[in-house]
Amino acid sequence: MGKSLRVDLSRGEIQVLETPAAICGEFLGGRGAGVAMVAGSIFTEAWDSPRMPIVFATGPLVGTAAPTSGRMSVVSRSPLTGTVFDCSVGGRFGTELKKAGFDFIEITGQSDKWVWLDIGNGHARIEDASALQGKGTGETGLLLGKGSTAVTGIAGENGVRYASIVFDGHYLAGRGGLGAVMGAKRLKAIRVFSGGEGKKVIVADPDGLRKAREEIMRLLRASQAVFGEFGLAEFGTTALVDLIHARKMEPTHNFRKTLFSGSSNYSGYAMKARYRPKKTGCAGCPVLCKKISFEGVPLPEYETVSHFGALNGIDSLEAIVEANRLCNEYGIDAISAASTIACYSEINGVKPAPEEVSALLRRIALRDGDAGRALAEGSYRYALSMGRPELSMSVKGLELPAYDPRGAYGMALAYATSNRGGCHLRAYPVSHEILRKPVATDRFSFEGKARIIKIAEDLNAAVDSLTACKFVFFAAGLEEYARAVSAVTGKEQNVQSLLRTGERIWDLEHKLNAMNGFTKDDDDLPARFFEEEGTGIIHTKKGTLTVPPIDRDAFLAARENYYTIRGYL
Amino acid sequence: MLAEKDAPVFIALDAWPVSNKKSPDDSDFSALLRVFGLMNINSILYSPPSPVYRMIIRELAERDEAARRDRKVVPIDCETRTFFHDIPVLDEITPEKIAAALSKRKSAITKDGAIISYGVVTPEQAFVSFSSTCFSLSVKYFYDSLLYLEGCYKRKSPPEEAFIKKFLEISSASAPVLPGNESPRLIPGPPETVDEIMEMLAQAGRAVVENRLVDSYFGNISYIEGGLIHISQTGSSLDELEGCIDSVPLDGSSSVGITASSELSAHKGIHALTGANAILHAHPRFPVIMSLLCEKEASCPNRGFFCHKACPEKRYAAGIPVVPGEIGTGPSGLSNTVPPAVARHGAAIVYGHGVFTCGSNSFQGPFDRLMETEKACRHDYLELVKKYLSAFDVKGDFI
Repeated sequence: MGKSLRVDLSRGEIQVLETPAAICGEFLGGRGAGVAMVAGSIFTEAWDSPRMPIVFATGPLVGTAAPTSGRMSVVSRSPLTGTVFDCSVGGRFGTELKKAGFDFIEITGQSDKWVWLDIGNGHARIEDASALQGKGTGETGLLLGKGSTAVTGIAGENGVRYASIVFDGHYLAGRGGLGAVMGAKRLKAIRVFSGGEGKKVIVADPDGLRKAREEIMRLLRASQAVFGEFGLAEFGTTALVDLIHARKMEPTHNFRKTLFSGSSNYSGYAMKARYRPKKTGCAGCPVLCKKISFEGVPLPEYETVSHFGALNGIDSLEAIVEANRLCNEYGIDAISAASTIACYSEINGVKPAPEEVSALLRRIALRDGDAGRALAEGSYRYALSMGRPELSMSVKGLELPAYDPRGAYGMALAYATSNRGGCHLRAYPVSHEILRKPVATDRFSFEGKARIIKIAEDLNAAVDSLTACKFVFFAAGLEEYARAVSAVTGKEQNVQSLLRTGERIWDLEHKLNAMNGFTKDDDDLPARFFEEEGTGIIHTKKGTLTVPPIDRDAFLAARENYYTIRGYL
Repeated sequence: MLAEKDAPVFIALDAWPVSNKKSPDDSDFSALLRVFGLMNINSILYSPPSPVYRMIIRELAERDEAARRDRKVVPIDCETRTFFHDIPVLDEITPEKIAAALSKRKSAITKDGAIISYGVVTPEQAFVSFSSTCFSLSVKYFYDSLLYLEGCYKRKSPPEEAFIKKFLEISSASAPVLPGNESPRLIPGPPETVDEIMEMLAQAGRAVVENRLVDSYFGNISYIEGGLIHISQTGSSLDELEGCIDSVPLDGSSSVGITASSELSAHKGIHALTGANAILHAHPRFPVIMSLLCEKEASCPNRGFFCHKACPEKRYAAGIPVVPGEIGTGPSGLSNTVPPAVARHGAAIVYGHGVFTCGSNSFQGPFDRLMETEKACRHDYLELVKKYLSAFDVKGDFI
């Protein structure tokens, strides 16, 4: 175990402490450790209370040769959902933090002026950020100079409930509004710079790690979804545009339809042809799924292109790339922003042109005018204020990403049970229902899905705590990562011990949400999915038919099975 | 047939367990059911496989050096190298022992010849691991046996009688799991519509499985027409390809091929170099076994480490080139090594993995070539066995 930082912005104090071994033993690191560290405050404190911590937590693999070891987690209470909330984030911040000698940063308090936190080798100090206030994330990052940065943008400064934290210019702690938590503390940014001479992570069994790495790399190379000619390494996540379109589960016009005729304009192929992207990615990652144009513009991911595209009826690639740029610069979660604008459009019977979307994003970031203030609250609060809560396509207040649940029933269940709200990454059934990894499941059936989702939730809680990237699990499994983490820590782990840790993390998150009043009623989908057909013809075991609405009884039965398996009855 | 009809005990669990067995009093059933309390899984399968595999497992569990020393068997075929790593041997069938073994590996074998496997995402995973275990262990047994006999022959030291007895028993019992002698008649082609292409693919895929030319149900198949490659999806069963074909533009203008077989690039490469439009890849047993056999077994410094990645030797089995190549597209990927070899010889065997064949307008040619390759490799294997055994005046009924 190394050291960790505890920062109190109210007092302007920084402590260097031993990293809590008990938390690492029980929760690994990353998401699990972060949730455990904020657990004591989640029930008692509002998201913007000075006493509410925000935790930046690396995992045991960070800084080692394990593939995709450059990730970390940010954890606090979400302004958008009110749940305990974590974001897994890439870039170099986690690796740099580890090199600087720190595992975790726990920040509480509220500064009386804007500040930024400067972390070097074994030390940290609080700096005046008056000159950075009001600046975009890109400019702020540049002004902070060398090292890796985590920045909240104008949206975070203004308390937009889905403000993001932008790492190293374009890696995001995107969802749930953790940028607003930084903003509430008047913490504009964190920079960590080890000077290139930082600490080396001690690996207990280097040969064991080398073997685990070889196994993981072999599986990655064998994976069509990762290193195949249409895989993530080649196209990034926009490789999914054509596939989701072909599966007729493309959220379109605020989920009123499931097919959009213009999506080939912003497919992975179209993006590659137009922008000739360079491959880049997180520290320690061999996949390099992040794409940047030849002119250096960060290109949008699948969720962003689909939601600014189909969900808002926009088929202009340039307009979508611009919307993505604005979201990065203002520090706004693109999924929630696009979905909130789509909700606004449906309620008001309008269809914003691309330039109007850009204008709305600016008004949201600045909380400018009635629309800006209303939409900065997120789609659920906005729709509720308009008397149309059913038109917010969200679960627990978190806007749904770009997989229509009518096209994947495991996804439907996973959206509902997700303990951070409408999220595809908690159980990630896209992997087996769409990408056929590790095996294909029937996407139009709830049969067996309750247990599949439960196990996948546990698995991903462990993955987020290691901290590894979910994309690797299209190819490798916990079997290989158990060997990697055992080699790094010297403490024997196997698939089942990691799954038990994942279950412990999940149960803690569920308990914290329950203490904050979340019930079974919150584990549900918008009524639209049970009442309205999708678009397009699909082939199922029941025959060839139009994408049907989800059978509510079958959904509820699967949800009951899920509770039985979890022991939550 | 991988197991006799009533042999398997299979339990799947969602909220409540379901099983093909209805007697919770049965000790195997109870032990397996209790594994769910120790592992986060959704299904478990326990079964003695069909007699030949059962004999192979018992023999390996008892005689294999790694099995005796470490209680694990380490096959070297591609399936094991990529997904299994090794297969633990259980001396006791208790929930704790099963869970301990399966917490690290996808299947385990028992010393009395059964296989235990499980599923985490779908119950099918348990069956896939079961059948892949059968395949890997049989490849290992026949390959190791050949090496052992070769060693005896070269040392002029008679093989152990117990080995010979068991080898003859296993060989003569192998017929039911090996391909037959007759090729089925496939749709002659060329197909005129996409529906006909799909029908042709489904029929050829079924024929490959029914004729036992794949391990489990996996392999891949493609047909190229009109700027599209119609190819089986990753993880699809060759005998159930209906609805599991991706139609991928050859010019790369759509990424729907992200769910295509991981050998998509190899198929495209073969088409590009040969012009063939019907391509078949399967895992017939004896080409896999013979691909492992190397004259430089003892002298090559890279033996065991680079054979499957970058073997520089020109090697052949039954006159067909044996090439290195890992699954997929990496620098040592078979997408780079297979197409040139197929272009020169019309077929190629990937070291420890399987066979690629190709033809035009119909799968009859590729299928027949696959069958011929299996037969020729089996013939060569048996000729070597006979040669080695005849030195010690041993005769018998072989495979």
